[in-house]
Amino acid sequence: MIGVGKIKQYTNVLDKPLSKGRQEVSLSGFAYLFSELVQYNQTQVDNIGDLERRLEDAGYAVGVRVLELLCHREKGNRRETRLLGILSFVHSTVWKVLFGKVADSLEKGTEHEDEYMISEKELLVNRFISVPKDMGSFNCGAFVAGIVRGVLDNAGFPAVVTAHFVPVDGQQRPRTTILIKFAEEVLRREARLG
Amino acid sequence: MAAIYSLYIINKSGGLIFYKDYGLAGRMDTNDSLRLASLWHSMHAISQQLSPISGCSGIELLEADTFDLHCFQSLTGTKFFVVSEPGTHHMDNLLKHIYELYTDYVLKNPFYEMEMPIRCELFDINLAQAIQKDRVAYLGR
Repeated sequence: MIGVGKIKQYTNVLDKPLSKGRQEVSLSGFAYLFSELVQYNQTQVDNIGDLERRLEDAGYAVGVRVLELLCHREKGNRRETRLLGILSFVHSTVWKVLFGKVADSLEKGTEHEDEYMISEKELLVNRFISVPKDMGSFNCGAFVAGIVRGVLDNAGFPAVVTAHFVPVDGQQRPRTTILIKFAEEVLRREARLG
Repeated sequence: MAAIYSLYIINKSGGLIFYKDYGLAGRMDTNDSLRLASLWHSMHAISQQLSPISGCSGIELLEADTFDLHCFQSLTGTKFFVVSEPGTHHMDNLLKHIYELYTDYVLKNPFYEMEMPIRCELFDINLAQAIQKDRVAYLGR
């Protein structure tokens, strides 16, 4: 802070400006915590689908809070009401706060009108994780998919969000794609707004 | 010729949890590598007891006519050792780097069970890169 001697004394906590928050936490600390989250949830389920759902639910709770906080902190208490606006909010603002960088790409699905994809070469949560072969296409990015669903749902854009591994030519590791499929009502509203 | 012949990782009770061969000669079958791992574990423990210096951490280097064996023991008792060409000097750095990879890609992986054999794709990929880099550095000198 500049001019430490001149810090204003706020009598009421509500008068204080909202802090920017700590910008970074230890990656190792996060990796161990996330690993425990996955391991704990693994003991609570008997199939991979349930595990994916539980991770998504954990992420959803994060998404709800992130939307609330960021609308207040970055957007001056406004939130996006248009489809492309909210998508770019997720792709840049949310991603930057959570992972320290903008997502690698945001694309519209080619086959369906209601599908959008956020792709990441190496998703932060998957940095240290190797999924065993017997778990098939399970992706711990389900947690991030949950965050995205939490943000979209609470901003008034209900959607089904899933995480997938997509192999890339000439790369040893597949990238992770977060697939967003919006509910019908969202597209109808969007068409009405023009 | 590669500087490293083979790499072993053994858990704190002496079980082999990772083994990889890099040399062209002297490949070992699974039973032999398991035997060597537990033999080394015991020898390491005995050396600690027999050492005239108190607080000895066990054998770090075993020099033989045809190979050197460099060992690194982590604080938790997991041992990493490489069998290499005689007279290679930079092995302790490589062992520390391998330990780093182990803490990153094995211990932070939720699907790895402690003390069990290591089967992590990311560990294999990064290890191969580290060995390759080491080999290039070795040949470059």
